[in-house]
Amino acid sequence: MLKKISTIPFKGTPEQAEKLQAVIAECKGDKSLLMHVMQEAQEIYGYLPYEVQIMIAEGMDVPLEKVYGVSTFYAQFSLSPKGENNISVCLGTACYVKGSQQILDKISEVLGIGPGECTADGSFSLEACRCIGACGLAPVLTVNDEVYGKITEDDVPGILAKYQA
Amino acid sequence: MYRSHVLVCGGTGCTSSNSLAIIEALEAEIAKKGLQDEVKVVRTGCFGLCAIGPIMIVYPEGSFYSQVKVTDVPEIVEEHLLKGRLVKRLLYDETVTMDDVKSLQETDFYKKQHRVALRNCGVIDPENIEEYIAFDGYMALAKCLKEYTPAEVIQIVKDSGLRGRGGGGFPTGLKWSFTAANEADQKYVVCNADEGDPGAFMDRSVLEGDPHCIIEAMAICGYATGASEGYVYVRAEYPIAVKRLKIAIDQAREYGLLGKNIFDSGFDFDVHVRLGAGAFVCGEETALMTSIEGNRGEPRPRPPYPAVKGLFGKPTTENNVETFANVPQIILKGADWFASMGTEKSKGTKVFALGGKIKNTGLVEIPMGTTLREIIEEIGGGIPNGKKFKAAQTGGPSGGCIPAALMDTPIDYDNLTAIGCMMGSGGLIVMDEDNCMVDIAKFFLNFTVDESCGKCTPCRVGTKRLLEMLDKITAGKATMEDLDRLEDLCNYIKANSLCGLGQTAPNPVLATLKFFREEYIAHVRDKKCPAGVCKALMTYAIDADKCRGCTACARKCPAGAISGKVKEVHTIDTEKCIKCGVCMETCKFGAVVKR
Repeated sequence: MLKKISTIPFKGTPEQAEKLQAVIAECKGDKSLLMHVMQEAQEIYGYLPYEVQIMIAEGMDVPLEKVYGVSTFYAQFSLSPKGENNISVCLGTACYVKGSQQILDKISEVLGIGPGECTADGSFSLEACRCIGACGLAPVLTVNDEVYGKITEDDVPGILAKYQA
Repeated sequence: MYRSHVLVCGGTGCTSSNSLAIIEALEAEIAKKGLQDEVKVVRTGCFGLCAIGPIMIVYPEGSFYSQVKVTDVPEIVEEHLLKGRLVKRLLYDETVTMDDVKSLQETDFYKKQHRVALRNCGVIDPENIEEYIAFDGYMALAKCLKEYTPAEVIQIVKDSGLRGRGGGGFPTGLKWSFTAANEADQKYVVCNADEGDPGAFMDRSVLEGDPHCIIEAMAICGYATGASEGYVYVRAEYPIAVKRLKIAIDQAREYGLLGKNIFDSGFDFDVHVRLGAGAFVCGEETALMTSIEGNRGEPRPRPPYPAVKGLFGKPTTENNVETFANVPQIILKGADWFASMGTEKSKGTKVFALGGKIKNTGLVEIPMGTTLREIIEEIGGGIPNGKKFKAAQTGGPSGGCIPAALMDTPIDYDNLTAIGCMMGSGGLIVMDEDNCMVDIAKFFLNFTVDESCGKCTPCRVGTKRLLEMLDKITAGKATMEDLDRLEDLCNYIKANSLCGLGQTAPNPVLATLKFFREEYIAHVRDKKCPAGVCKALMTYAIDADKCRGCTACARKCPAGAISGKVKEVHTIDTEKCIKCGVCMETCKFGAVVKR
């Protein structure tokens, strides 16, 4: 999977950097914890821009290319920021056979962005995800941590409206 | 002592349909009525019937309430818990007969099930170790440490006939004996909880509903193979499972069931949790170990096998969650008990995640040898909307499909392999006549192309070319020669890929080619998609008998392809039509048809 790399300038705060340094200090001795540190970093910053990857590489004493290699290998690591509301449509088999592709297309059409993209005002980002394990409720999408199950194309505008201030 | 227990499902399915809010409302309402010392609310793991969640069971009666809403809670508390009268309108309809209420075990969904791996799911509070202990938890570990030598433990597992539930079906006892035979200063036990097959959620449910049994089984495996450390590799997409597993590990350490000198036996064992980050290939055992080590999760060539050189270069035993979930029961009840279930070469039970076009979506555990027909028609309640069963897909992107003609095949490892399918981890997706098999094959290829790690060429390039050929077929641009080339390439990728991902990636194509070749031919020769799924091969038309000439479709059509006067029959210009389907959605009279 090709990763979309953000061109939006990095806006990290000293507080965020401090949090990350604390995580690094705890894990420094064990290089097998690299992924754990990166997961924590993504939790802190929302994504993994180069600036953050450099901090991790220096802190954990591993080459930057390795951090970059890991960040681009795993789908969970994002190199571009997420919107204020992140919509994730499940394209797992159970959801797919129940029409989740059409739901994804509908959202793309309404928001004017494709999967992996963020709207210009930063309010929504959209992604297609793998099975979240709620197959009994297929088709499923999540907005932030909220799960919407058994949805149809007609439900899309209503769900989006909830998040449009 | 409580006179009543209210069990509410806190698995991912029911949590997604808001069961946590129901628990809160229940507790508040119970306190309001002053019943908090008489009634206990327990949040459990998955009951299995996710389709009708959120689910609540009230004991001792065993009343099974389904699709409960927060607004129903006061009525349940007032009527059932206070006055002892059932709230019939909320009972699962299968349990309600004319004048009686049946127990859950007698319903079609549960009747044929036999719960071994899932025995505690939906029964105990997974965040409370004492409930697990009350259900014989950690007894099996104690029995191993006190009564058996490591070699005896391995022999019991061997005799039980338990085979790997992750898909491959390798005999578990044999796997353990390989690791045990290798001398090393450090050995490891790894639990594979990287359940990546889309549509499979068995392992998640076990971890959410009964995390202690995995810890106990890993410790037993550690004792048998001489390992003192274990790792559970869980998908980050399963936050509830991760949380409960971590709680369970902390509790087990606190009770001295993990750590140094367990049960004064001199045996040390501890378990760590590592999170995946969304890479399907990490379900492959060598890739998983590479990932635990903090690297890109690329597979390694075997040999050396993990039993010789695994995690951190040390001998390692790796088993899947469901495999481990069977182990404590085998130790407690004996190898003969386990071997009495199932078929000749596939012993015990198997958990399946039923999904797709089926009434009772959810989790079922059945003895090996049950037929697909029993699973779908009896347990699953059949296909909704009066549609016809077409095929069941097993094994996810590595598996194949079982067509209607083979529905009476007893399901076990060897039978499925013989028909070119595979058991896989247990996802069972049901498809009806509206699903196009070429499109399904394309869907899985899309998945494997995305997830191929890129290390070896047959998989990296081969799957991409396969996908392009399928694209050509669904676009109506393929020739009959392409079908032969498709098959050749499949066999080439199977034979030459480095790891299980590539070796099994062509299976969805091969299986659909084998059982639904006529559907491929329809796409290629007749340029038709019989199921009406493949956009490029469809045409929209207006049924002259039904059209009222309301002009709604013509006004909505973004391509200006529909013409016709008011109150006269409209027509669609197929040259201009972009097949977006807006006209079909718009028409109130059902006059627009797809063919």
